[in-house]
Amino acid sequence: MEKLLVLTYVDESGAALTRASLESVAAGVEMARALGASLAIGVVGAQGAAAAQQLGGVNARVLAVAGEDFAQARYASDAAACEALVRAAEATLVFAPASSRFARVMPGVAYRLGGFVDTHITSVAKGEGLEASRWFYRQRVEAVVRRETRPWFLLLEAGTHEAWAASGSAPEVETIAVSLPALRTNVSGIRAPKQDEQTIRPDAKILLVAGAGWTKKQADGQVHAAEAETLILGFLKAADASLGSSKSLVDQSGENQAVLKFMTHMNQIGQTGATPRHPKGLSTCCHGEEPHVVGWRFINERRAISLDPNCGWARGKADVLYVADAFKVMAKVNALLAEK
Amino acid sequence: MANSFHIVVCASVVPDPLQTLEPVTGPNGPGLKNEMMLPAVLDPWAASALYEAANLAAANPGSKVWLVSLGPKAKVQQVMMTVAQKVPFELVVVDGPLGGFTDAHSTASALAEAIVVIPGLDRQKLLLFGGWESASRGAGATLQIVGERLGITDQFQGVDEIKVSEDGSFEVLERVEGGKHQVSVCAGTPAVLGWATGSLPEPRNSPQVGMANMRGIMPALQKAKNVKLEANGLSYVSVSLPKQQRETRVVKDAAEDEIAREIVQWIAE
Repeated sequence: MEKLLVLTYVDESGAALTRASLESVAAGVEMARALGASLAIGVVGAQGAAAAQQLGGVNARVLAVAGEDFAQARYASDAAACEALVRAAEATLVFAPASSRFARVMPGVAYRLGGFVDTHITSVAKGEGLEASRWFYRQRVEAVVRRETRPWFLLLEAGTHEAWAASGSAPEVETIAVSLPALRTNVSGIRAPKQDEQTIRPDAKILLVAGAGWTKKQADGQVHAAEAETLILGFLKAADASLGSSKSLVDQSGENQAVLKFMTHMNQIGQTGATPRHPKGLSTCCHGEEPHVVGWRFINERRAISLDPNCGWARGKADVLYVADAFKVMAKVNALLAEK
Repeated sequence: MANSFHIVVCASVVPDPLQTLEPVTGPNGPGLKNEMMLPAVLDPWAASALYEAANLAAANPGSKVWLVSLGPKAKVQQVMMTVAQKVPFELVVVDGPLGGFTDAHSTASALAEAIVVIPGLDRQKLLLFGGWESASRGAGATLQIVGERLGITDQFQGVDEIKVSEDGSFEVLERVEGGKHQVSVCAGTPAVLGWATGSLPEPRNSPQVGMANMRGIMPALQKAKNVKLEANGLSYVSVSLPKQQRETRVVKDAAEDEIAREIVQWIAE
């Protein structure tokens, strides 16, 4: 019989599991039932036992590590904690969220335990045993994989499962002792743009994708970068949107061309950028062919504004293509949003 | 006190991102149609790692950069014609299969074996660099496993910046969720850094650098050890292109007011 362990961790508040962790719990509950596997849940955090209150109603053995050393997202301590939890659970299958914290450590943990890892899993299902879907070549080829070897670690992408909603009494928590190596790294903090300057919002309902057209010469023969900045930031604020960018636009900052000052490589989506998940996406001034379009592969509803009716970004990729000047349309959109 | 680093950059060769890819299944499992014929480039995030490595080495006299690449020798040679002109490095080649469908653990094993036998490499001074994910397998797993195999437990992924202090400690910025960076301070080498974009532009081609690098590249290709990558129990149920074609409604000749109203209504739905 398979023994499935879901690894989770506590968020910055110190008192709750991350949403991605709760999504992995829900996936674990579902697959344990489908595979007839036993289920355990492991919690990493300074006060993992307290956060485990969110696991009410889950029919699983709950294990936690405890101590201030586990408050930090640091390779050495996280790897030791995960290793101890997997050993304690004697897991053959391990689910964990594909977050920055666990993506950093889980391949190393798998190696320590003689196991194997597959990452960026977008779905799991019971076929001939457990089968997992993931993308290759930057979201351009999709595959379903199996592993005969155990333990098998699977890092589940955020947003691909509903989060576990607690019901019933909190489970009993077993505290697992961890032997830590000498810790040579200290996490000193998080560096983030000021609240009103933050343009990346993973929970936003809409993603605005800005292309290099915003910084090209317009009909009057002039570049209007300042106006583009105002329009884009105005939309982000009014629609509470997240901002994605084409590679060509973020690369301009290193090439001394007209730039949008708030745009960084963190905003980049596509082949060498992120592939964010949002319910809706609006692309503006983007152009290019299929390989670039992977940036909005996981956007459900897509609309585009482009002067080119045959633009590869939009034709066959968007639900609606508005053949129009994005400067003019976005000014009107912002005005209408401001009225609301 | 001056710091010097031994920086090993792991970088594979991948199909040029602008190429059309078509998966095919052969006797050895999945691959890409005409894979060996596709134009190749150095993996983009690993290329960022290489440029950052060269920059760090230049700022810290006595440092050295090795580029370790696993791939078919002919393909690696082709890509090196361009890469060799960018920054100084010594090449180490592992002759193995191309493609994203190989197992990360096997790849890591082959890379670690190649690294431990690099002549003159001081593992106490080691910074193991690479891209935080490849543009082929995209697993973001290989570098961590290589690090574990080398006994390195200070690891960072999605790195955009490293700042070295006089005492040999360094500050690292790692990408975390929500467009933020986690700031960590590590006491010193050895460490693993999987790079995201970093902050350096692609260096201009330098014939002088190219000449110097080329002296070592042909011998490295000749010395390349051939490896077979085990599947480690990994099998593929299916490999396919996504069916993403949408019926696009094209709105032409509509007034901006009308388009704006429709977009605002759609956002509100």
